[in-house]
Amino acid sequence: MASTSLEPLVDQTISVITNDGRNIVGVLKGFDQATNLILDESHERVYSTKVGVEPIVLGLYIIRGDNIAVVGELDEELDASLDLTSLRAHPLKPVQH
Amino acid sequence: MDATEELVGKEVTVELKNDLAIRGTLHSVDQYLNIKLENTRVVDQVKYPHMLSVRNCFIRGSVVRYVQLPPDGVDIEILHDATRREARGS
Repeated sequence: MASTSLEPLVDQTISVITNDGRNIVGVLKGFDQATNLILDESHERVYSTKVGVEPIVLGLYIIRGDNIAVVGELDEELDASLDLTSLRAHPLKPVQH
Repeated sequence: MDATEELVGKEVTVELKNDLAIRGTLHSVDQYLNIKLENTRVVDQVKYPHMLSVRNCFIRGSVVRYVQLPPDGVDIEILHDATRREARGS
């Protein structure tokens, strides 16, 4: 069976969804077979139904693989066209196994 | 596991254990059933705008609840044979 690697995403800006429902955006610097990630210049995007998306600066982070649900390639153009301050949404649900 | 490789290139909807449903073209699958999708859109974009700027994504196998396949996208006979062969241990 082929391997589905995160290699093409290295040095790209990615959007990670964690098992506890958080959304963290950053530059992928490294990964391993357990999907542990090294994210540089990262920030968390907190979604709320009351106010717009709030960024929390995190910096250089290691995210443990067993807490990762989705790793998305962030399209910078698309992201720039979003008005995050006017986005209202419920926070993502935590993963339930 | 060749059964899953037959689906590469097909449109699938992956439902995750956090109730998020992501639709996209199946790019690749691996031994952990990690899934890479291209051209992704979240099924309910109003409820889940969290991935609006993402068009390609990697989904960890451990978080997948279902993978919805196109009804005419799979040859059931081939799948059946592949499963029988896997069960026999070849």
